[in-house]
Amino acid sequence: MNARITLAISGRVLTQIRRDHRTLAMLLVLPCLLITLLWWMFEDTPVFDEVGPALLAMFPFIVMFLVTSVTTLRERSSGTLERLLAMPMGKLDFLLGYGVAFGVVAAAQSVLAVALSVGLLDLDVQGPVWLLTVVSVVDAVLGTALGLFVSAFAQTEFQAVQFMPAVVIPQILLCGLFIPRDQLPDVLEWVSDVLPLSYAVDAMQTLTLTAETADVWQDLVVVAAFALGGLVLGAATLRRRTP
Amino acid sequence: MVNNAVEIHDLHVVRGGRTVLEHLDVTIGGGVTGLLGPSGCGKSTLMRCLVGVQQVKAGTVTVFGEPAGSQPLRARVGYVTQAASVYDDLTVAENLRFFARVLGAGRDDVERAVDAVDLAAHQGQVVGRLSGGQRSRASLAAALLGKPDLLVLDEPTVGLDPVLRRDLWALFHGLAEEGAAVFVSSHVMDEADRCDRLLLMREGRLIADGSPQEIREKAGTDDVESAFLAIVEGAA
Repeated sequence: MNARITLAISGRVLTQIRRDHRTLAMLLVLPCLLITLLWWMFEDTPVFDEVGPALLAMFPFIVMFLVTSVTTLRERSSGTLERLLAMPMGKLDFLLGYGVAFGVVAAAQSVLAVALSVGLLDLDVQGPVWLLTVVSVVDAVLGTALGLFVSAFAQTEFQAVQFMPAVVIPQILLCGLFIPRDQLPDVLEWVSDVLPLSYAVDAMQTLTLTAETADVWQDLVVVAAFALGGLVLGAATLRRRTP
Repeated sequence: MVNNAVEIHDLHVVRGGRTVLEHLDVTIGGGVTGLLGPSGCGKSTLMRCLVGVQQVKAGTVTVFGEPAGSQPLRARVGYVTQAASVYDDLTVAENLRFFARVLGAGRDDVERAVDAVDLAAHQGQVVGRLSGGQRSRASLAAALLGKPDLLVLDEPTVGLDPVLRRDLWALFHGLAEEGAAVFVSSHVMDEADRCDRLLLMREGRLIADGSPQEIREKAGTDDVESAFLAIVEGAA
């Protein structure tokens, strides 16, 4: 572990994102537009208050998953990863570097999304608003960790994108957005209990419903543990020596 | 000069069920050593072994007395892959500053590397918009950062302008004179005469080893390409 190298990697990833205006706009503006669309769809109904928090948990997760799986794959196939692994860089430096960079982007993204939802669209939040952003950032790191992990199993960017329906959509279906998790068939409820997005959405929903934050922290710990597990699995897939 | 920067003993590599390197024994010392052979003969695989990124079936590769790829070596070995391994969406300078930070090299090192590959005029340009030759020079510059003791360069001069090619070979010899061991691969036989020592490779085996002159004389030919043919046909 080396802070200089980790920060060098974060800095580089952020420069790449900044250079890519279209991606930057998508990362920052798109979640806001989609949240606004949802708010508009359910104007004059309580639905936005029910679904809004889940969306705030989902966007950073989905977006970072996609961005990371594609960027890491690009890094693997362009030879830059091989070059870095031949340099004095630890695998964890690489992963944390990505985690930090996308954590920063996620923080910016969620500050915008939370400000819009709470400030303009009147999303009802009982708990502390800053904690919504913390949950978003941890979600984003989770997305990054899983994205890093699955990129090891894809040979092309096309395949990497296919992992989104495989890994992300089941989590969206079972996270409590469509039906409360305790009303799912037993087996599916158990499945949803071991999917990280469920805990992220629970945390957001708790924050909007009560000012009591103990449960939120508990959910956050679970999500963070999944993220850490993803990073460790990701590190295991980064091989200095390849066939 | 470095004596036996690299020692390879009984190196055997199988990729995808196909034997790529067959029980190779060779040592590489100071100066500029050229690895010549046709595409697909195992040059890149051998280079990957030196850097320690290739899974090997058997044998040992030792660099400066340490196992290839081990932690203390990684700052001492500069490596250029065959495809330019730089970030297309960053400028030349941004790429080099990034790799310099990873290596712990200074800013002046970046300037030195940019000048060495003659990219000073393009350093503010995004790599993706450069020509193929300029991209591979940017990639080469990254390997020059931090003054490595061993340079492993996989076809660094392919497709470059003859003037620039000559300059790069002069650069390699300059680095060798300063004490680095330079190991360069090429599939272009006319680059052979620019090396202090040549290794000719075919189908995963080294078929000749010596100075360009020795190899020509031994085969009784005027150029290395004919020598290569003579050796292959003589063995058949």
